[in-house]
Amino acid sequence: MSSFKAAYHTLLAHWHMLTGYKLFWPVFMIAGLAFCVAVDTYGFMDLYLQLILIYVGINIILTVSLNLINGYMGEFSVGHAGFMAVGAYVASLLTVHSFPAGAQNMLFPLAILAGGLGAAFVGFLVAIPSFKTRGDYLAIVTLAFCMIVKSVLENIDAVGGPRGLLGMEKLTSLPWVFFWTALSVWVIRNLVYSNFRRGVLSIREDEIASDLMSVNTRQVKIIAFVVSSFFAGIAGGLFAHALQFINPRMFDILKSTDILIMVYLGGIASISGSIIGAVIYTILLEILRPLGVWRMVFMPLTLVLLMIYRPRGIMGMKEARLFTPLRDITTEKLWRQKKKEAPDASA
Amino acid sequence: MPLLEISKLTHRFAGLCAVSDFNFVIEPHELVGVIGPNGAGKTTVFNLITGVYRASVGSIKLKDQELVGKTPHQITSLGIARTFQNIRLFKELSVLDNVRIAHYGQIAYTPAEALLHIGRFRAEEKRITNRALDLLAIFKLDESANEKAKNLSYGLQRRLEIARALATEPALLLLDEPAAGMNPNEIIQLMEFIRWIRQTFSVTIILIEHQMRLVMGICERLVVLDFGATIAQGLPSEIQKNPKVMEAYLGVEVAS
Ligand SMILES: Nc1ncnc2c1ncn2[C@@H]1O[C@H](COP(=O)(O)OP(=O)(O)OP(=O)(O)O)[C@@H](O)[C@H]1O
Ligand SMILES: [Mg+2]
Repeated sequence: MSSFKAAYHTLLAHWHMLTGYKLFWPVFMIAGLAFCVAVDTYGFMDLYLQLILIYVGINIILTVSLNLINGYMGEFSVGHAGFMAVGAYVASLLTVHSFPAGAQNMLFPLAILAGGLGAAFVGFLVAIPSFKTRGDYLAIVTLAFCMIVKSVLENIDAVGGPRGLLGMEKLTSLPWVFFWTALSVWVIRNLVYSNFRRGVLSIREDEIASDLMSVNTRQVKIIAFVVSSFFAGIAGGLFAHALQFINPRMFDILKSTDILIMVYLGGIASISGSIIGAVIYTILLEILRPLGVWRMVFMPLTLVLLMIYRPRGIMGMKEARLFTPLRDITTEKLWRQKKKEAPDASA
Repeated sequence: MPLLEISKLTHRFAGLCAVSDFNFVIEPHELVGVIGPNGAGKTTVFNLITGVYRASVGSIKLKDQELVGKTPHQITSLGIARTFQNIRLFKELSVLDNVRIAHYGQIAYTPAEALLHIGRFRAEEKRITNRALDLLAIFKLDESANEKAKNLSYGLQRRLEIARALATEPALLLLDEPAAGMNPNEIIQLMEFIRWIRQTFSVTIILIEHQMRLVMGICERLVVLDFGATIAQGLPSEIQKNPKVMEAYLGVEVAS
């Protein structure tokens, strides 16, 4: 046991040293992208394994973006699958019906972006009534939203009705997933380390006090919701072009539940937590696939245990140093230095 | 010109008239106390001024600008800040973030700039952090900047709440029972502190206090509420002698 602990600590020390380098992120990004491109072009990785990695990426996007609402802001949205559906259908309709066959690969990012924008727009429409008043309307509104999306899609023949939409090329490749995952994590991290973060966190702590401290709470909530929906839409588009087939049932409340589990497993109000949660859950799901129906017993059980022993999730309210910008700390350090040099300059 | 002018303010909660026909004027740099027994409607007046409740009748004007109908953050940005009777800090957040949040209304970058960390973002963040730290230093809280607000002692939490309110750069500061839970010694210190705040930040202050003896010392003028009605207004010395006040207020206190 103690040797295990010692090994853990050495590992942790190395990890801190590694992530302390300024070049860590650039190197990680380039290496990651290079690896993904290499896998994609030379195909030295099992296709099944590649698909799992693709799902990991998509789930990271979904988890990080939902955490903005359910974690940082402390509201409860169950509509993420609905926004994913909007993104999936918009992107698929574009690639199947609108884009010329030859240019699919080139126009793919546009389709994904359009899916995200579509979802963001729908998110905006949902956010306006939901945040008009204080209180717990969001859970109910998003639940209704999820059901409406599903039944609307089932009743439009042009998008395949209940049978769904077919004919997408397999455009979601590992490099694209890497790109979009990195982008969403980066953008949400930026948002989370700005005035905006303090806005959402203060809403979570005490909404009235937050408003009284000059935070435009309604605007903050709407922005958070729109950004969150945007990335759910992005994930939806990627999902559709990985599976090459979508139908309305895929985006029902169960899908939202999956994302909720990843958020609460990884930890609320934490980007590193969201990534950990998405990775563990996706891989666990694959490992447990042979168990068949028993998986449905195991998963909720994990969740119950988690809620008992770690109610805020693995990284709840904590952040790996890797994701916190150094600037904050530097500003404070400089301020303290200045104060030491001129003790009463600030008083 | 008066800083704040309240006329005919009335507010009901499901039949209960918490504030009725409240008229009040305060000039810049004044320090006025609002007193009255439990449930008199003092906190409700603050909630009406700051937009937490929307007044059913009456008007509240800050330098000729009508506040009724505005949201709390708009009112705060116009220059009214407050503290709470039961401390309402953002408990899980750091002391520094508590103060930085109060700069929200002054931030000059747009959400898009925040999204990409470009443009004015960096300079603004630096400015806000430095200002928040300066303010904390003035209140001798800078050593605990990175602690969670809930880990501060009760007295320091009260102090942080005032610092946070001042971070919004108010012209008018509303203090709701800042002496709650303090012993007589601490209360004397607090009186000094409030005077000093008024001087240093050149703010106008309205102070709610439960204990009349305390406000007598520092307030230039008093308003006495009882069951939502204004039963007296005037100099502390006048209030002390007012028979209505003696009956409604001092009577209660002497008896208890
Ligand atoms: N949100 C509310 N809903 C219903 N009634 C309320 C509400 N807030 C206050 N009241 C009632 O209005 C009356 C005035 O309350 P208020 O809090 O303004 O009194 P106060 O003078 O601040 O008293 P205290 O000295 O105890 O703080 C009380 O009778 C109270 O019960
Ligand atoms: Mg009160």
